Amino acid sequence: MSVQIRSLTRHAPKASRKLLNDVSLTIEDGAFVALVGPSGAGKTTLLRTIAGLDGPYEGSVLVDGQVLAGRPMRERRIGFVFQNYALFRHMTVARNISFGLDVLPRGARPDRGTIAARVAELLELIQLPTLGGAYPDQLSGGQRQRVALARALATKPGLLLLDEPFGALDPIVRRQIRRWLRGLHDQLGLTTVLVTHDHEEALEVADRLVVMQDGRIVQDAAAETLDAAPATPFVMEFLGEALAFAGRVTHGRFLPDDPNVLSFPVGAGDGPATALLRPHEVRLVAAGGTAHATPLAGGQGGLRRLAVALGAREVEILVLPERLGAAGTEGLGLDIGRARLFRDGVPLAGALVAPAGHALPRVTGVG
Amino acid sequence: MVFCLRRRDGLPGLSLSIAFTLVWIGLIVVLPLTALVLRPWQDGGGVMLRALHDTRMYAALRVSFGCAALAAAIDVPLGLLLAWALVRARLPGRRAIDALIDLPFALPTAVTGITLATLYGPTGWIGALLARAGIRVAYTPAGIVVALMFVGLPFIVRAVEPVLRGLPPELEEAGLLLGASPVQNFRRVILPPLLPPLVAGFSLAFARCIGEYGSVIFIAGNQPFHSEIAPLLIVVRLQEYDYEGATAIALILLLSALVCMTGVAALRRRVSRGLVARGAA
Repeated sequence: MSVQIRSLTRHAPKASRKLLNDVSLTIEDGAFVALVGPSGAGKTTLLRTIAGLDGPYEGSVLVDGQVLAGRPMRERRIGFVFQNYALFRHMTVARNISFGLDVLPRGARPDRGTIAARVAELLELIQLPTLGGAYPDQLSGGQRQRVALARALATKPGLLLLDEPFGALDPIVRRQIRRWLRGLHDQLGLTTVLVTHDHEEALEVADRLVVMQDGRIVQDAAAETLDAAPATPFVMEFLGEALAFAGRVTHGRFLPDDPNVLSFPVGAGDGPATALLRPHEVRLVAAGGTAHATPLAGGQGGLRRLAVALGAREVEILVLPERLGAAGTEGLGLDIGRARLFRDGVPLAGALVAPAGHALPRVTGVG
Repeated sequence: MVFCLRRRDGLPGLSLSIAFTLVWIGLIVVLPLTALVLRPWQDGGGVMLRALHDTRMYAALRVSFGCAALAAAIDVPLGLLLAWALVRARLPGRRAIDALIDLPFALPTAVTGITLATLYGPTGWIGALLARAGIRVAYTPAGIVVALMFVGLPFIVRAVEPVLRGLPPELEEAGLLLGASPVQNFRRVILPPLLPPLVAGFSLAFARCIGEYGSVIFIAGNQPFHSEIAPLLIVVRLQEYDYEGATAIALILLLSALVCMTGVAALRRRVSRGLVARGAA
């Protein structure tokens, strides 16, 4: 099922603060989209609005081209999984899963045998075939999560909405369920919208990330594009550790303010600019300056963490151990040629080098 | 029963406290009850036998238990509604209502009784209106039920309120999203978690109503075989210096109450399935 959202605005109850501010978003049939952003960005509000929970809003929300407001829930074919699972504690797992079928009007309700078979099928699908008779309180967090999912899937929805479904799980279970969920999405041909504040989770499971901040969509793009061409410094920083270098563009070159950071050519007009890049994208240049590097404890992915003193401040970068051996720790310069350049919070035209095969991001909601 | 206390329990000094509490319960509760159990047999089984053949006593027990059960049962939906209003509805003056609910606890029961008798009497504000419709409340069993409802209501409200407050709103939303109608949602999603506190509140209200005396006698009319409650009959026997007779009725009242409360406790366990973590030590 597809979802079209047009200039959706929602106000906080009894306040002028906008929970959602002119949000437009299109989710194609069969897409797996993650809504990411810090707490309070409006992700859950957007998800709940798509589901038809909560009060009035301005703008339009169309599911498969139709307005949902006013139509009975059971015709909407939306499955929703809450952050706290919201399982019915007084019902067994099997009764929880069959709830959506049990409440159908008599004419539309499948007979007991069919419902039992559907429950057994779903229990198999969530890999808990023996737990149909258990109560939610007897299950672990990961098991409850899967039961909540099975309950949402029992009525065969076309659109699955998940509100931080992995929040309370430990990292290993989290990773397993994430992969399993992605497999399920592909297997059942669902359209899935996932809310999360964990960008790594979103990157792993979703086709497309919608980054939100203060009730607006900051960027809506595939994972690779987001990293190569972030729409704002916020997106860059939200998606992982980032180093910022202030400077100026003069005669087609970016000149950093920090000493010992090498300038590099850019195709942008003169003026102030900020260069942002990941710590592992910085390269050490032997005899490129007078900076001193101090190896730090720890590292990641086989890279060593280094502190490099640049005049008044110190930056932490990640380098290959061989590279550190070759460059030494004295008389260094930093090559930041892979940085993304921003001026006044927007990318500098001409500075972007999008990887081949990836379209530039559609930027929405940035003034 | 063997007491197996876990070591390092959350409550410090638990063993000592429990020992102290048991002694205290022994002195305050068990001792008088034992006396009550033994007293009727002091002069042989004749007194008890006589009491067991007393039809006036049976009528009084019937009135007491019947009215208590009816009043507590009517209080259940009323109490649920009040608790709902307190927790969910943003009513103006919510705090005032909240304080008012506990008032029946604080009021001397005689004051309650006299007030109700005045209100529901043939010339009272409500009684006059009802009399015009041909309904008599004061000095009939209906009056007893009214008085007991007043006394029992806070138990239901206070038992349900915290559970209702702790019920996540997502439960209702989940029910609606899964296609339940509002009625189905209430019956299948909201009501079941509230049943254990409702039954607990009912049993508290019921127990209190069985023993209620002060608020009832002013409005009941106290006609033997019709609107005389068992606690009043005990007082009547005492005034007749028939101490054995009084204790015999008291003992029968006690045993009947015990049977009823056991039944209610069984019901409470039944409706609590899945809601109380099992295997909790």
